[in-house]
Amino acid sequence: MSNAHPIPFRAILRHVLLIAGAALMLAPFIWMISTASKPQTEIFSSELHLIPHQFALAENLREAFAKANLLRFLLNGVIVTVSIFVLQVMVALPAAYALAKLRFLGRETLFALVLFGILIPPQATAIPVFLLLHKAGLLDSYAALVLPFTISVFGIFLMRQFFKTVPDDLVDAARMDGISEFGIVWRVMLPAAIPAVTAFGIFSVVAHWNDYFWPLIVLNSEHLRTPPLAVAHFRNSEAGTSYGPLMAAAMVIIAPLVIAFLFAQRRFIEGITLTGIK
Amino acid sequence: MSDGSMTIGAAIAPASRATRRTLPAHGSRRAYSAYTLVTPAAALMLIMLLGPLAGVIALSFTDYQLGAPHFSWIGLSNYRDLFADKVFWTALRNTLAYVVIVVPGAVIAGLAIALLIQSGTSLRSLYRTIYFLPVMATLIAMAVVWEFMLHPQFGLVNGMLRSAGLPAFAWLQDRNTALYALCAIGIWQAVGFNMVLFLAGLVSIPKQLYEAAEIDGASSGWARFRLVTWPMLGPVTTFVVVISGIRSFQVFDTVHVLTKGGPSKSTEVLIHTMYTEGFEFFRSGYAAAITVVFLVFVLALTLIKSRLADRGVHYT
Repeated sequence: MSNAHPIPFRAILRHVLLIAGAALMLAPFIWMISTASKPQTEIFSSELHLIPHQFALAENLREAFAKANLLRFLLNGVIVTVSIFVLQVMVALPAAYALAKLRFLGRETLFALVLFGILIPPQATAIPVFLLLHKAGLLDSYAALVLPFTISVFGIFLMRQFFKTVPDDLVDAARMDGISEFGIVWRVMLPAAIPAVTAFGIFSVVAHWNDYFWPLIVLNSEHLRTPPLAVAHFRNSEAGTSYGPLMAAAMVIIAPLVIAFLFAQRRFIEGITLTGIK
Repeated sequence: MSDGSMTIGAAIAPASRATRRTLPAHGSRRAYSAYTLVTPAAALMLIMLLGPLAGVIALSFTDYQLGAPHFSWIGLSNYRDLFADKVFWTALRNTLAYVVIVVPGAVIAGLAIALLIQSGTSLRSLYRTIYFLPVMATLIAMAVVWEFMLHPQFGLVNGMLRSAGLPAFAWLQDRNTALYALCAIGIWQAVGFNMVLFLAGLVSIPKQLYEAAEIDGASSGWARFRLVTWPMLGPVTTFVVVISGIRSFQVFDTVHVLTKGGPSKSTEVLIHTMYTEGFEFFRSGYAAAITVVFLVFVLALTLIKSRLADRGVHYT
């Protein structure tokens, strides 16, 4: 038919358009790396050039690390995201198992509440949760960053849907072996659910590593800052003077997730698009 | 919700249908353990989610201020003040403008990119990775990069405009362009996410439909798109539109770090007003009223979504 000949042309057009779009998408990343590699004089010149005449990446990085305690902030990011994820799993998995495999009075109500909870945007509960943490004297602490997110109704929903697909025979066999219901959650269901838990983990870690709104609200102390807060403060304190170190700092902050993403794109895309069902 | 199940489907092992059976005896002991298993989740849900949701609605009827010794119920006063406040209407108008620009932009671009990627076989995953990169990268960090790219004097954007002989702008410092600059960043960040959802939708369209359309004379690419792709993508598209709408309604990060709502309130948006009132002036009651208005909009969008989703997928 008609598409026998024009294929080369159409294939070329496809690549031309996609490369043009890709250049747009990558421009900020490329410009970030380029600026982070330039000395001050080259940054503040009206002549645009991508490749620095004189490489200053090491100097800019050194200055960024000297001006802000970036390692500490990265560590905070790791502590907060890992704590949130571990607690989310500890809370969600048993509930998801009960909702999927056990029969008890109030199960339908609880599940309805879970579905309802998924609809609530995080900004909606910010004021009362903030007041609660204030009353409890927990503001400006790791606890303030972690506690509100220990409950993931979305995680419960996701794992419950997964557990529904695990055969009852597996659960019954475990009961025959005398494993308690609690033991079944961790020794039978968790190993079976590793793919779903991984996808949820990526979703959770990316969301909380990148979160700006909540840390901004509950934190005051410099030493508790998470990576996004650190960049924002760096930007405010430098007030448009040292773009080189600022771009270097931005690079450092996005590096962990971007590198992880490049190594496991498929899993990351699966995990992050999970939000699609939120 | 159909594409959600598709993306989850990839993470979930093939199901067996051995679920339907009656629970055997000693059910009561099992019910007892069921309660122990759900208690932490139920309690946290109450304290961190449902309680606060009820709380924010209740607060909106009070004059509570953080640190104040007491508060009183003032009925609809906060709402009356809110609706009389010019800043609120500016924020609402800006938020809606942001949504109305970012949603079509990010949806159409996402669809176009997905179609282009899917129309050939080479370099598919490379392109997918590149376009998805902005979704992954910390938005605050990239916002700071964008700010420098939009720098009136030394920025990349103005530099390129100048070399093309076009006029330059003080993008984020000019009240006529600041909101559009934020919209551009919003679209840049959301496109990859939408693209992935559309790609999942495209993959699930049966090949036979295209063959049938071709036999019926739909030989051009446009005809195939109009007769097969677009109708088949319908549910995914509405879904992506609603999701993008909800997300754009929540815009805050770029506003707070780049413009603080300025210049002269030209980028003031709902969540930013809520943040300023609630967490800078600590007028909790008033900020709660703003939150309730925000919630009404978001829940309206969510209702549309679940209406549409109910046609596709069943939970149980």
